[in-house]
Amino acid sequence: MSPTRTIFKREFAGYFATPLAAVYLVIFLALTGIFTFNMGGLYESGQASLRPFFGFLPQLFLFLVPAIAMRIWAEERRLGTVELLMTLPVSVGELVTGKFLAAWAFACVALGLTVPLWLTVSYLGDPDHGVILTSYFGGALMAGAFLAVGACLSALTKNQVIAFVLCLIAFFALLLSGYPGFTELVPGWMPEVVVDALAYMSFLTHYEALQKGVVDLRDVLFFLSVIGAALFVNALVLDWKKAD
Amino acid sequence: MDPYIEAHGLRKEFGSILAVDGVDLVVQPGEVLGFLGPNGAGKSTTMKMVTGFLEPTAGSIRVCGVDMLANPREAKRSIGYLPEGAPAYPDMTVVEFLRFIAEVRGFDRAAARDQIERLVEQVHLGGVYHQTIETLSKGFKRRVGLAQAFLHDPPVLVLDEPTDGLDPNQKHEVRDLIREMGKQKTILLSTHILEEVEAVCTRAVIINRGRAVFDGTPAELDEQAPAEVTANRLDWVFRNITTSDTVVAGGAR
Repeated sequence: MSPTRTIFKREFAGYFATPLAAVYLVIFLALTGIFTFNMGGLYESGQASLRPFFGFLPQLFLFLVPAIAMRIWAEERRLGTVELLMTLPVSVGELVTGKFLAAWAFACVALGLTVPLWLTVSYLGDPDHGVILTSYFGGALMAGAFLAVGACLSALTKNQVIAFVLCLIAFFALLLSGYPGFTELVPGWMPEVVVDALAYMSFLTHYEALQKGVVDLRDVLFFLSVIGAALFVNALVLDWKKAD
Repeated sequence: MDPYIEAHGLRKEFGSILAVDGVDLVVQPGEVLGFLGPNGAGKSTTMKMVTGFLEPTAGSIRVCGVDMLANPREAKRSIGYLPEGAPAYPDMTVVEFLRFIAEVRGFDRAAARDQIERLVEQVHLGGVYHQTIETLSKGFKRRVGLAQAFLHDPPVLVLDEPTDGLDPNQKHEVRDLIREMGKQKTILLSTHILEEVEAVCTRAVIINRGRAVFDGTPAELDEQAPAEVTANRLDWVFRNITTSDTVVAGGAR
């Protein structure tokens, strides 16, 4: 078995070793329910679509993805097990990849558990299954990108609370720059290129398209390159901070 | 025969702090080398560089003839390492943890099972096999750490303060275990307990402020004390060496 797979397996099982996973999944599902039915008004809209759910997903991820990401490296550094891992015959790249994939898989499990919502709208009407599928795809990609950035931030500290706050701030920035009102918020002296670049970097911009059922390769590549770049930086941060 | 651990001119800077300042460390096959020094002398940092956790600012490291900096994966295979405090995953049971280490080390399922069974016997972990590590006493945790280091039957063991924080009985047990392992393995162990050096080591290196200040056998270390010192002779030598800056040539190696 390759080291990456072994790391993945341990890490993924680690989520379920404590009640943490169960608590997390329950909170996630309860919140998706509230967002979809109460705030999103699924019934009132009279449409068989999961748009209320997917529309709130970025905001939900803003708070819930940091809860997964915060422990990825901070806990490892606090326990000192990072020293154990890094003196095994494993490369930093394998460690970073294995741990990230486990976190992503866990996020996908959480997302997958919302499938009953899909069944509900299918029972109630005739939703566009293609759109729902690409929305799930977009949601999973966005979760992956958030987690990769979060893992990177988690490697900066031994304290999970600090890691959580860092993730929250970073994720907020990554979402905010995509809101339509954002361009009016930035000071006027900023060149337009910078403002456009910031807006382009927002996860929201790229997620929106997928959520509408449009699979543009550029959006997919955007998320995948964010993941790739963040994992690369993660390995550097780990090497830099491991001695502290 | 080539030395199993061969480190030359090891130097480590953390920002403006110089933690290790040109340490040479050569451990021959079959030696049990006690690595001594006051807290903060650079023992752990040196061991972290030897095991490939930290990259030295300068210097070279070879383990069983393999260059740690050029080929870390290969070099790490021949080392069993017990980091300071024996870190382990608290949520995992002893057997899960050892199985994880075995898998990362490339054991297949059957080989891992056999090896873990053998080890559990050897380090007396039978009673806590299925207990999670967080519920274990310090002594048992340390044994899990040792089991993890012995797991792949490496030629070289690097043990960072293996008996630190244990009660006298546990210390005795761990020491017995190390002495037993020392018959077949090359061991580098750090400690600041001098009786341990006499009890288990064939050679001692003392470092102070990042530099090696003594290198010799425990007997040679003992000879450093004047005849009028009758009790705690090693303590006397240790204090004498590590509170002055003079380099004592013990065995001229």
